[in-house]
Amino acid sequence: MDQRQDAPQIDAVTGQSTTGHEWDGIQELNTPLPRWWLGIFYATIVWSVGYWIVYPAWPLLTDATKGVIGYASRADISADMAQLKAQRAVQAAGMADATPEQIKADPALFQIAMAQGKAAFGDNCAACHGVGGAGAKGYPNLNDDDWLWGGSLEAIGQTIRHGIRATGNDETRVSQMPAFGRDGMLKRDEINAVANHVRELAGLSTEPKANLALGRKLFADNCAACHGDAGKGNKDMGAPNLTDAISLYGMDMASLTETIANSRNGVMPAWGGRLDETTIKALTVYVHSLGGGQ
Amino acid sequence: MARLCAGEEAESDVTATASPIRQATVGELIGMLIAAALVLPLIVIAALTQNSGYAFHAMVGAAAAMVSVFLIANRCFDGTPASEPQEINGKPNYDFGPVKFATVAAMFWGIAGFTVGLIIALQLAFPELNFDLPWTNFGRLRPLHTSAVIFAFGGNVLIGTSFYVVQRTCRARIAGTLSPWFVVLGYNLFIVIAGTGYLLGLTQGKEYAEPEWYADLWLTIVWVVYLLVFLGTVMKRKEPHIYVANWFYLGFILTIAVLHVGNNIAVPVSILSPKSYGLWSGVQDAMFQWWYGHNAVGFFLTAGFLAIMYYFVPKRAERPIYSYRLSIIHFWALIFLYIWAGPHHLHYTALPDWAQTLGMTFSIMLWMPSWGGMINGLMTLSGAWDRLRTDPVLRMMVVSLAFYGMSTFEGPLMSIKAVNGLSHYTDWTIGHVHSGALGWVAYISFGAIYCLVPWLWNRKQLYSLKLVNWHFWISTLGIVFYITAMWVSGILQGLMWRAYTSLGFLEYAFIETVAAMHPFYVIRALGGALFLIGALIMAFNLWMTVRSENVAETPRSDIAPSPLAAAV
Repeated sequence: MDQRQDAPQIDAVTGQSTTGHEWDGIQELNTPLPRWWLGIFYATIVWSVGYWIVYPAWPLLTDATKGVIGYASRADISADMAQLKAQRAVQAAGMADATPEQIKADPALFQIAMAQGKAAFGDNCAACHGVGGAGAKGYPNLNDDDWLWGGSLEAIGQTIRHGIRATGNDETRVSQMPAFGRDGMLKRDEINAVANHVRELAGLSTEPKANLALGRKLFADNCAACHGDAGKGNKDMGAPNLTDAISLYGMDMASLTETIANSRNGVMPAWGGRLDETTIKALTVYVHSLGGGQ
Repeated sequence: MARLCAGEEAESDVTATASPIRQATVGELIGMLIAAALVLPLIVIAALTQNSGYAFHAMVGAAAAMVSVFLIANRCFDGTPASEPQEINGKPNYDFGPVKFATVAAMFWGIAGFTVGLIIALQLAFPELNFDLPWTNFGRLRPLHTSAVIFAFGGNVLIGTSFYVVQRTCRARIAGTLSPWFVVLGYNLFIVIAGTGYLLGLTQGKEYAEPEWYADLWLTIVWVVYLLVFLGTVMKRKEPHIYVANWFYLGFILTIAVLHVGNNIAVPVSILSPKSYGLWSGVQDAMFQWWYGHNAVGFFLTAGFLAIMYYFVPKRAERPIYSYRLSIIHFWALIFLYIWAGPHHLHYTALPDWAQTLGMTFSIMLWMPSWGGMINGLMTLSGAWDRLRTDPVLRMMVVSLAFYGMSTFEGPLMSIKAVNGLSHYTDWTIGHVHSGALGWVAYISFGAIYCLVPWLWNRKQLYSLKLVNWHFWISTLGIVFYITAMWVSGILQGLMWRAYTSLGFLEYAFIETVAAMHPFYVIRALGGALFLIGALIMAFNLWMTVRSENVAETPRSDIAPSPLAAAV
C-alpha cells in the first residue's frame, strides 16, 4: 500500500525538517537558502542596476537610455582608431611624399616602411606567398632574385598596385600562355617533345625516347617568342626563365606536360584602391628588401 | 522496436488473453491515415525537385511513413492490446519501451558524435584529413558533430529520462499509446534528416539550427507532441505535487519549442526547394540567432540536464534533496534571467549598446541562480559523501556538478565585455563550451544511463563497476587535456591578435596565430580520443549488463520507496 508520509520529518544527518512531500522515494529538506548564495545574488543585482545607470541599457520607444557617462562603443572605437591614425600620421608624414627609392635610402623611413610592410604583408599577401614570402607551388617565392615581372622597386610597385591578370584593372599585367593541348595547337607527342626540350634547356635529364629535335623545333616556333630562343625568359611578358632551377609549377614531366597542355595563367589581385598609397609603398619596399630586390 | 516492447508485455498479464486480431483504435487509424497520406506527396516531391539531397530526404520521409503504416497496422495483428491498463494490482503500469529506445539511441549517437568530434579536432591539427572531398570537409562535419552530440545524444537522453522520470515521480503511466513512440522515433528521424543533410551540403547556415525548413517543420510537430505527452502525464499524476525535476523538464520542453519556432521562422522558396527566406535579417537575425543559441544552452543543456540531476542524484545517493526552497528560487530565477543573456554573444558588433549591456548584466545576475542547482546537487550528498569512494557512478554525477559550477562561473566571466574582448572568437570559447558539454552534460547523462540501464532491463546491477571506474578516469583525463589546451591556446590566440608593435602596426599575421595553435590542437585531439575511449568502455559495459543473466528478483517498479534510507 501507499507508504508515503505526508507529515514533515526530521532528517537525522542534517537535523533539517523535510517538506513532507515524496516522489518515488525522493524527499526534500526544507533547508533555508544559503546566506552567502543569497548575498552574492543580491550583490550581482545591485551591481547590474548600477551598470544600467552608467551605461546605455534599457530600450525606450524610439531610443534607449544613454547612461550617465555617455558611453557609446561606436564613439569608443572611433577614438581608438583616431589615436592610432594620429600616431601613424607622425611617422607617415615623411612616407606620404617620399618615393620608394627615397624611403629605401632614409634609415628612419625605411624602419617604418618595414614594420608597416610586414603587417600589411601578413594580412594581405601571406595567405598565398607565405608569412616569410617563401611562396608555394603556383605562388612565387619573393625571397630570391628570380622575378617573373621584374624586381625593381618600380616593377614591384606596379605588380602590387595593378595585380597580375586582375579583372577590372586596365593596367594590370596581361599576357597569357596559350593552352597548347586544350586548344589543339600541339598533339600529345609534340607536347612530350617540347617538355623534354624544356628539361634539356634547364640541364635536367630527358626521357630516352624523347624526340629532342622535334622539341627544339616546336619550341622555336611556339615558345621562343616569349621565353626567348635560349629559354632565358622575358620579364616584360612575365615569361619565366626556363633554364634555372627555379620553377613556379614544377619541372617534372607531369607538371610540364600539364603547363604546356592547359597553361596556368595564375592571378594576383590588384591592391591599388584596396590599400592606401602609403601602405602600398611600404609593401613595395618590404618585398624589395626580402632578399631579391633589383 | 518490437523486441524492446517485449519486456513490457511480459509484465502485463493482459496480453495472454488478448485475441490475435482486433479492430484498430481511433488513434491508430488517424496515425495510419496521416502517414499513408504523406507517402505519395513525398514521392512526388522527390521526383520533381532539382536538389538531389532534398529528393533523398523526401524518399527517407516516404519510407518512414510507409514503415509507420506497417508498424501501426501490425499492432492489430500481432496481439498488441488496443491499450494497456493504467495500473496492475494497484501499481502503475509504466511504459518504458520508448525510454529503452531513447537510451540505446543516445549511446549510439553519442559515440557517433564523439567520433566525428575527434575527426574534426584532428582536421584542425592536420588539415590534410579534410581529404579535399566535400562530404568530409570540416565545414560539413562540424555541424554534424555539434548536432550529433547536442541534439542526437543530449536530446535522446533528455527525452528518454524525461519519459522515465515523469512516469515514476507522477506514479502514472505515460499519456498516450502511440504518441510516446511517435516522439522518440520522430525525433530520431529528424536527427537522420539533419545529419545526412549536413553531409550532402544542405544547411541554412544558422549555428546549432542548420537544418532546412522542412526538417524544422517536422521537428516542430514532434516537439509539440512531446510537450502534450509530457503535460498529459503530469496531469494524470497520482502525487499531489509536481516534483522539481518535472518543472525543469517542462521549462526545457516549452522554451525549446518557442526558441525553435522563433529562430527558424521562414518562407520556403517553393515546396520543391530545400531553401527558404528567413523572416529576420541583418542584426535582428543575429539577435534572434543568439537568443536561440544561448537559450539552447540555457534550456536544453542546463534546465533539461538539471532535471536529470534532480532525479538521479538523490536517487543514487539515497538522500533527500538539500533544499526545497533553493530549488524553487533558483528555478524561477534561472528561467527568468537566462532568456535575456543571448546578446553577450554579440559584444562589440552592430548590435546596439543597450542590448549588449542587458546581455552582459543578466549573465552576471545568472551566476548564482545557476549555482543554485550545483549547491542543491552537491549538498544532497551530505550524509553520503563516503559513497564517492565506492560508487563511481555517483562520483561521475558529482564531478559533473563540479564542472557545471565551473562552467557557469566561467560563462558570466566571459560575458563581461572587457573579458569578452579577449576571449571572443578564440579557442577559449571552445574550451568553455566543452567543460560544460563534456564535464557537465555528458557526465550527468552517463551517470543517468548507468542508473537507468539496470532498472530498465531489470538487472540487479551493472556488469562491472570497475569498468565504470576506468571510464571515469580515462574520460576525466581527456576533459582536462581538452579544456586546459583550449584555455592556453585561446588566451594565446587572443593576445596575439591584439598585439601591436611600438610603431603601431599589428605584430602577428593571422596565419602566424593559426600556426601557433598547432600543438594545442594536437593535445585537444588527444583529450577527445580519451573521451571517446571512455564512451566505448561504457557501451561495452552496458551491452554486457543487458546481456547478463543477472536478473533482479524484484522489478524496480515494485520496490517500495525507502525514505531517508541513508539516515536510518
